[in-house]
Amino acid sequence: MSHVIQDQRPATVPARRGSPLAHARMPRWAPAAIAVGSVAAGIGIGLAAGWESRVQWGMIAALLFVVATYVITTAVENSRQAKDRVATSLVWVCFVLAVVPLASLSWVTVSKGLEVLDPYFLSHSMNGVLDAETGGGVYHALLGTIEQVAIAAVIAAPIGMLTAIYLVEYGRGRLSQAVTFFVDVMTGVPSIVAGLFILATWNLMLGFGPSGFAGSMALAILMMPVVVRSTEEMLKLVPNELREASLALGVPKWKTILKVVLPTAIGGITTGVMLAIARITGETAPVLLLVFGTKLINPNPFEGAQASLPLYVYEQYAVGTDAAVARAWGAALVLIAFVMILNLVARGIARWKAPKTGR
Amino acid sequence: MAKRIDVSGLSAYYGNHRAIDDISMTVEPRSVTAFIGPSGCGKSTFLRTLNRMHEVTPGGRVEGKVMLDDQNLYGKDVDPVAVRRTVGMVFQRPNPFPTMSIFDNVAAGLRLNGRYRKSELNDVVERSLKGANLWNEVKDRLNKPGSGLSGGQQQRLCIARAIAVEPDVLLMDEPCSALDPISTLAIEDLICELKERFTIVIVTHNMQQAARVSDRTAFFNLAAVGQPGKLVEIDDTERIFSNPSVQATEDYISGRFG
Repeated sequence: MSHVIQDQRPATVPARRGSPLAHARMPRWAPAAIAVGSVAAGIGIGLAAGWESRVQWGMIAALLFVVATYVITTAVENSRQAKDRVATSLVWVCFVLAVVPLASLSWVTVSKGLEVLDPYFLSHSMNGVLDAETGGGVYHALLGTIEQVAIAAVIAAPIGMLTAIYLVEYGRGRLSQAVTFFVDVMTGVPSIVAGLFILATWNLMLGFGPSGFAGSMALAILMMPVVVRSTEEMLKLVPNELREASLALGVPKWKTILKVVLPTAIGGITTGVMLAIARITGETAPVLLLVFGTKLINPNPFEGAQASLPLYVYEQYAVGTDAAVARAWGAALVLIAFVMILNLVARGIARWKAPKTGR
Repeated sequence: MAKRIDVSGLSAYYGNHRAIDDISMTVEPRSVTAFIGPSGCGKSTFLRTLNRMHEVTPGGRVEGKVMLDDQNLYGKDVDPVAVRRTVGMVFQRPNPFPTMSIFDNVAAGLRLNGRYRKSELNDVVERSLKGANLWNEVKDRLNKPGSGLSGGQQQRLCIARAIAVEPDVLLMDEPCSALDPISTLAIEDLICELKERFTIVIVTHNMQQAARVSDRTAFFNLAAVGQPGKLVEIDDTERIFSNPSVQATEDYISGRFG
């Protein structure tokens, strides 16, 4: 007896309209078409009603987009699909809402900043430049910012990283709870308070004058909790198995942390430190109190007033003449570019140092 | 090399919870001892007390004695780091160091302990990788990252890393549970070769594996969930699998358990 193995398939049933698995579907371009339609309708309604505000036009377009998506999908497909598509369209609306201010900010800063940004602007100070005059530059402020931020990072990064290592690898009980609590509190300290604290202790009690270093100390206070938090998160991501593997080889705990845990997390830690640096680079308040600002180039952060980019922007904008406001935009562009370069460097280091998985 | 382990009256705790209770046994040198038993009965915990890894867990503590030849591992002046250099361990999931190359992974124990001569290092790495039956597969890519290997290769890399520091005892915590049958076979063959040089203790959920590789088998059990695990019996593997002296062992091995 020979067996022929046969796949016993039921006779194919032609797909009917009433099949529970199939229903009418909208074409792929439908969401885009609805979006274009609602934007057009929003503009039309705005023009017809004679509204000035473009924001209002956008709001109406966004509202129309969500409502139209729901109505059309319910009619063509079904109500479950409609809910799905409404959720998608809400995500898109929120995305646009988030991108519009960002794009507008970048556009305004770049277009206004480029008017004054040239090698002369980057290589000269404000020495002898009158407020209403064009010319002058940000060299002294850029130099001050770089020095102050570098000193702050040198103070805050090691302390912050060591604190995080203590919290993750060693901390047990009361002390670590207290440290965690105070780090959280420090995260919320307004920058002006950090500035006032240094002003009260360093300048008023100990009698030092304004200097870049005083500003650095205030910036370090602001930077430390950010470094602790990000380093802590990165160290927690290191699998415990790696620590155990190292300990089981007879490697002491401190060496395990130094040679196994830190190298595994170094990419993320670097990114965290760089982001913390980016955060303090734009701080104005403590710099205003402690570094004081000057028109001259002062390369020594430990002696005498210095300038700094955010402070420069503030001062120039406060002057209010056309030339000064243009300089303020130029300095804002330099500041944003500086922070962006730092972030790109951080990304590069993180990618370079990340654990390799390739074959 | 290859020392005898003599455990007496050992209990291990997680905080106030007693995980294993009053265990005594002897592990012969140059032999393979397998631990079997249901999940949660304390096999792994007991294994980790043998190289003082148990106390790495927060709240972990141990009572009792573990004699390695004539040295009590829980004696007063014993340094746990030194214990772990003598008693190596291989874990359930392969865990090569992701930042290091294959070469550096094997050399990690020596390098991090800082007791090696540079000229030795190449020899040690080659010897260990050959010992772990991995040399032929990786000799052309020693400077590639260890995490690029397959699961079975990674586990053999971890074994090579463990034997590179020349321990006296090798503890293996379910070394094959994450591997396919072919990699499992490779590791079982390896265990049979390694027992010429080391004292090996292996935890396994696979009864056939215990029967294949081990000389002696210990059966652990727990009275109920939340109760501490206990050693039911330890005997020659043949006896345990053919004619165990305790009914519970026979029930567990034959699958009539529950």
